[in-house]
Amino acid sequence: MNDFMGRKVSYSSQMCFIPEESTNSVPCYRLLSTHGDLLDPSSINELDKELCIEMYRKMVTLQVMDTIFYDAQRQGRISFYVTTIGEEAINIGSAAALNATDVVFSQYREPGVLMWRGFTLQQFANQCYGNEYDLGKGRQMPVHYGSNELNYLTVSSPIATQVPQAVGAAYGLKMDKKDACAVTYFGDGGTSEGDFHAGMNFAAVLGAPVLFICRNNGWAISTPTSEQFRSDGVAIKGQAYGVRSIRVDGNDALAVYFAVKNARKMAVEEFRPILIEALTYRVGHHSTSDDSSKYRSVDEIEYWRTRRDPVARLRMFLQSNRWWDDENEDLLRQDLRTQMMSVLHNAESKKKPGLSNLFEDVYDVIPQNLKEQEQETQAIVGKYPKDYPSDVPLD
Amino acid sequence: MERDPRVCVLGEDVGHYGGSYKVTKGLAEKFGDLRVLDTPIAENSFTGMAVGAAMTGLRPIVEGMNMGFLLLAYNQISNNCGMLHYTSGGQFTIPVVIRGPGGVGRQLGAEHSQRLESYFQSVPGLQMVACSTPYNAKGLMKAAIRSENPVILCEHVLLYNLKERIPDEEYVCCLERAELVRPGKDVTILTYSRMRHHVLQAAKSLINKGYDPEIIDIISLKPFDLHTIGNSIKKTHKVLIVEECMRTGGIGASLRASIMDNFWDYLDAPIMCLSSQDVPTPYAGTLEEATVVQPPQIVKAIKQLCG
Repeated sequence: MNDFMGRKVSYSSQMCFIPEESTNSVPCYRLLSTHGDLLDPSSINELDKELCIEMYRKMVTLQVMDTIFYDAQRQGRISFYVTTIGEEAINIGSAAALNATDVVFSQYREPGVLMWRGFTLQQFANQCYGNEYDLGKGRQMPVHYGSNELNYLTVSSPIATQVPQAVGAAYGLKMDKKDACAVTYFGDGGTSEGDFHAGMNFAAVLGAPVLFICRNNGWAISTPTSEQFRSDGVAIKGQAYGVRSIRVDGNDALAVYFAVKNARKMAVEEFRPILIEALTYRVGHHSTSDDSSKYRSVDEIEYWRTRRDPVARLRMFLQSNRWWDDENEDLLRQDLRTQMMSVLHNAESKKKPGLSNLFEDVYDVIPQNLKEQEQETQAIVGKYPKDYPSDVPLD
Repeated sequence: MERDPRVCVLGEDVGHYGGSYKVTKGLAEKFGDLRVLDTPIAENSFTGMAVGAAMTGLRPIVEGMNMGFLLLAYNQISNNCGMLHYTSGGQFTIPVVIRGPGGVGRQLGAEHSQRLESYFQSVPGLQMVACSTPYNAKGLMKAAIRSENPVILCEHVLLYNLKERIPDEEYVCCLERAELVRPGKDVTILTYSRMRHHVLQAAKSLINKGYDPEIIDIISLKPFDLHTIGNSIKKTHKVLIVEECMRTGGIGASLRASIMDNFWDYLDAPIMCLSSQDVPTPYAGTLEEATVVQPPQIVKAIKQLCG
């Protein structure tokens, strides 16, 4: 029998090693040229004008929010920030293609997905300031957003831990036969973690309706992809796990949108995971604790920031179709800046969560030992108030 | 699993094989392959999956084939399982049960003889219990499944064969309560898991010699039931802890600190603690036996403590 544990084997007396590299790199799907021209002009009929405009508006919002929050950190107004500059198309393009009930497990460079779903600028600011309106109650560092209502799981810093978690959520969705999928985002660096391998493999075996979206932005802090893996990027890894995959131009919002839309359909209808590798570039530093000019050329950064900007690319497309003009642009950016200033001021002026938040939610009900520790802490802080921050209420 | 369709089991060989210690025997036939899920060999994967599934509405039970293997899942257990309820501001709960056989068996080798309860004890957000009899195993399992908190349920490799008559009907043990196994007035013996049985064996000899030990199976390893323990110490004024954990950083070490903090005034003698040595468990049977606290040691310790 030509059968081995359920698989057909074709035997050969010619010794043949599978090459480490294929002659052809995995093709990259794109709809817009780098100058915003539709590569297939007839496809304009499949595009929804309102949707395209809304996607663009949100991409600009994300860009402005990032710029202002980054500056706020530099000025000492917030303690830490992570920008998404250069990856707006992946964030918004993918978010627009998902349903509100799809459950999102992000890494930390995907606030655009939350933004698309309705998280307000004020809510972003509240979390970054850790004030009493922060849904996380001041317990996580900035950009670690989470919203049960918007089906966006709270960000947890360790790399790739969200990948198997998304598979778990997909497992639940499969059991309940819901018309929804799980979606997880991670960077090129995240694919080196054991959790990526574990999640992909298990999703394939299980037939879990989950999308694995990799933002291959070229850098994992200071590690370039050439030092992260030797494979032809990430899309090629799909087949090794039995997972259907696609490589897409991550700076082409329309391509990202359609790729994710199709992937989602397959995941939900066929109960299978899909891997999407979106090629892009991390224009900003890894975070406000990083100065990337130390390990990459300023010219490289500038090139991507000015010549390969996904926001500008979509704008060129919209403007060439007369769906957008300079006046719209100026109005939008001005309005956003005003909003952001007010949002920051607002967030800054709010109280911080009280001391009791230190001890709640560790368990569902506060246990005796934590009650005792809370009393001790309150007593110490009450006795030596000058040694503790004055803006944290004692209750 | 019958009562609540959200309860499911994930682990290696839990399905048709019934689990390495047959704990899940028959469940796959009854509830199907999806609810009793056989996983590939990736502890961090299926523990992560359980965390994600729990946050989105299921009540998963993760089986570590041996508790020691869950070290591979420590990232998910510590960084996510214990934390996400807190860091999400209470928006997401993680009602998982993580269970499996641990402790020193019969010549299973060092890697399969670990006492992970000491490693997990520090992790904020986790609750931890150790079962020791068929009665409390059933009650604690049910309580753990129904708890909204992530619970680690420590089972012991050598206790699966214990037989006991237990009620057919529903009952739930309290996750935070210690079990008063034998009331007494001379000395408080605190123990858990397999060592409960070694203590009971030693007790027979002690009672014959005229001692009256109060034996408490602490059950709840995190948090300690200081109410029950305290009441006992206030009565006897002497404490012996008998554990299988290593001396350094074990449950006993942490329990001693708690007792000192809370009941110092009631002690007539320093707290004694019998633990395993700080060595990897050897394979050779004779050496292995020397690393586990045996009944004669317990008898000797009580004589020393009580005079």
